[in-house]
Amino acid sequence: MKKLLIFFCLLMTVVVSCAKPGSEPHSASATVQIKGSDTELNLVQRLAEEYMKKTPDARISVTGGGSGTGIAALINKSVDIANSSRAMEQSERDQAKANGVDPWDYVFAMDGLSLIVHPSNRVSTFTLDQLGRIYRGEVKNWKEVGGADSPISLYGRQSNSGTFVYFRNTVVKGDYSTEMKQMNGNAQIVEAVKSDKNGIGYVGLGYIKDRNTGQVISGIKALSLRSDGAAVSPLDPTNITSGKYPLLRPLFHYTNGKPTGMGLGFIQFELSEEGQRIVEREGFLRINEKYKQQNSTKIG
Amino acid sequence: MGTGRKANIEDITPNIRPAPGGRPDPAAAPISRRNWKRILNLRPARIYEAVVFLFFRLCAAVILIALLAILFQIMRYGGSRISWEFLSQPPREGMLAGGILSPLMGTLAVSLITILFSLPFGVATGIYLSEYASQGRITWLVRLCIRNLAGVPSIVYGLFGVALFVRALHFGTSILSAGLTLGLLTLPVIITASEEALRAIPSSYREGALALGATRWYTIRTNVLPYAVPGILTGVILGIARAAGETAPILFTGAAFFLPSMPRSIWDQFMALPYHLYILATQHQSIEDARPVAYATALVLVSLVLALNSVAILIRLRFRRNMERP
Amino acid sequence: MMRSASREALIHYSFAAAALFAVGILAGIFLLLLTEGFPVFRHVSVSQFFSWNWNPNAYGQPEYGILAQMLGTIMVTVGALVFSIPIGIGAAAYLSEIAAPRTREVIKPLVELLAGVPSVVIGFLGIVVTGPWLARSTGASNGLNALNGSLLLGLMSLPTIVTLTEDALRAVPAEFKAASLALGANRLQTLVRVTIPSAATGVIAACMLGMGRAVGETMTVLMATGNALAPPSGFLDSVRTMTATVAIELGEVPFGTAHYHALFVIGFVLFVFTFVVNSVSDLVLLRFQRKMQG
Repeated sequence: MKKLLIFFCLLMTVVVSCAKPGSEPHSASATVQIKGSDTELNLVQRLAEEYMKKTPDARISVTGGGSGTGIAALINKSVDIANSSRAMEQSERDQAKANGVDPWDYVFAMDGLSLIVHPSNRVSTFTLDQLGRIYRGEVKNWKEVGGADSPISLYGRQSNSGTFVYFRNTVVKGDYSTEMKQMNGNAQIVEAVKSDKNGIGYVGLGYIKDRNTGQVISGIKALSLRSDGAAVSPLDPTNITSGKYPLLRPLFHYTNGKPTGMGLGFIQFELSEEGQRIVEREGFLRINEKYKQQNSTKIG
Repeated sequence: MGTGRKANIEDITPNIRPAPGGRPDPAAAPISRRNWKRILNLRPARIYEAVVFLFFRLCAAVILIALLAILFQIMRYGGSRISWEFLSQPPREGMLAGGILSPLMGTLAVSLITILFSLPFGVATGIYLSEYASQGRITWLVRLCIRNLAGVPSIVYGLFGVALFVRALHFGTSILSAGLTLGLLTLPVIITASEEALRAIPSSYREGALALGATRWYTIRTNVLPYAVPGILTGVILGIARAAGETAPILFTGAAFFLPSMPRSIWDQFMALPYHLYILATQHQSIEDARPVAYATALVLVSLVLALNSVAILIRLRFRRNMERP
Repeated sequence: MMRSASREALIHYSFAAAALFAVGILAGIFLLLLTEGFPVFRHVSVSQFFSWNWNPNAYGQPEYGILAQMLGTIMVTVGALVFSIPIGIGAAAYLSEIAAPRTREVIKPLVELLAGVPSVVIGFLGIVVTGPWLARSTGASNGLNALNGSLLLGLMSLPTIVTLTEDALRAVPAEFKAASLALGANRLQTLVRVTIPSAATGVIAACMLGMGRAVGETMTVLMATGNALAPPSGFLDSVRTMTATVAIELGEVPFGTAHYHALFVIGFVLFVFTFVVNSVSDLVLLRFQRKMQG
């Protein structure tokens, strides 16, 4: 009897000692909840870490799950900021509207998507069209595109990933081959290609550069892409800033209406010079003028 | 057997018939081919038995080797990162520096909620099954349900937790949602442990009190339950070990990749050891750098779980020995 | 006196209520999966659901076929049992027939400890140890495939099979074994011709529960089998299991969409399967226990 009483008392104290936030699905007060893209995960986490060092009472939590997860959470009103490495689709905007959510977007960094293969692979350049055929499964052997006579081993992301969607819409322009191995994250693709002589995968630029030296990490080879004319390598910064590299994409934050309070402060920090320097340090790219303009009209 | 030499008992069992005057002298028997094989016990059946039993021994060895190999691999690559700093600092520098304090605390907090929920219900059900239930249909149904609950895939618990706690009850992704989901998962563990612990107590304990006029509940409360505490404790510890190691149920009910600080209430999200390992192994930016940290996290997680399991097993052994004493 | 009696009754019913709570939870899971999953059939026909292609976020028309994933689950499960049943029964035979009691007291807990290793750790080792090792030994370009999953799941279901088989073997009455030995059979012959056949139903139940464990495993297969959606053509192909699909996609679905409901149907299929396996093995065990006592 006494034991039961003690348990009930403990239970009551635990429940009562926390302020119930009402019927809101999450506590809108203290912590800024950020969720979504795996590509952006590490970057946003570093930005959040630095921001919290500067602003003592800031509290930011970051979770991954893929761009689709972040956008879904925004639609479900359970996060403040959704990380997404792709633009919201019309169906998602409709769903948001139906749920009373008004998505505003900010571009806080840019990413080059690079194609990687094993260093022993003879191939070093592809056109976007060739890539599309490879990833649709129409080309199945390396020898058809100038490599050795062995089957192509495809690596990609899962459907919750913005990278998955962006690559599909931009390069594959159809459905992925069902033989593509769907890895849990960018890092797993890098790992896989490192040990697979026949492998090819697509990862964010930040994942193939060594954080300290800025060079490509050992064990993989980054392909140059040919859109029309010369081969353009993702490793040359001028190709990126000039926009010549074809697989350049903006990295988004989505919020429900205009962000306020700490969320706004964080986004402003990201867009500041200090934030952009962190972006570059992590292997991503600064936003260009066009996006700077778009952002400023919204933040004001 | 018509033709051939007539079989003599001497040919078959030369050693059994005692020589006149005392014990049979093996040396005196002629060593024919049949004899030496029998002396060395090399009949086909014996060889066969030795080989098969060797196979059985190897099977057991495989299991032990697997366990040791797992521990060895994790300790070898993760041991170097373990330090007091690792265990007492939150992650920094993109999870690569600092330590795993936040995931440790998060796992602790969720386990607390898990036990607070599953202990009362689990023990109560165990008491019912052991003390009150008749051997009828309903009892069989209850037992069937408990065994089934133990077999439900962990991701199905995750689905249930999302639909019920996160959505329908509006708890959101929080320690509470994840703790309750894990509580459902550990309920069968505690129920079976409680029931076993109560059943192990000899009926004489109960009969004595009842004979003196005590009510059933009074009897249970004073003469049975206190002695079952070690067994129940075993169940609780095993339940915590199970809950601490599960990832699927917390994936969508509250685990976060990065939190600024310790969760301040049960409505907050949390970091957790198994989820931390999952992220470090599959989604971190620089896998090379993250790999040692992943190994170290695995080491801490495995040590925690195995320590809990070992403690539970020791308590159970002690408990059984005590119960066997008259 | 009356007050005490009614108080006793109240306590009795409270405990009964707690027990019924367990039944309630199981029923609740069943009902929730059903109600959250059924709406998908407004958008998708049942025959479409049991087709091969799973592509909810398709470029074109979304497809919700789960057969490829079911095949993936079946393959890793069967593969796991191919490893774990022989080794499990062998180890159980060792523990129950050959090992000295002291040895058994040491080894049994160690087997239980293996069962306690978290699945995410096993999956992690599948990525960093067994995957690359498989790739090197089989010459395949990548080791994240059905074979890797089978190995790991086999390891995880071993303790279940060992413990329950050993229980079944020891439940065979000692008189059976004594009679057999007295008639001149050696230990192996006794084991194979008397003990195991008598314990057969118990052993089958143990294997079924091991199978249930393998089917329901999530993190290990998520990390170690490659997750490709194509129906596998062999064990060296990457496979997608039903549990992995739910774990991957549950976070990205806005509530109430067809995709969301489809995931609950997958959960329902998993639940029904493990329910059937558990209940059947329960009945089998019941029959076995009655046989041993009767």
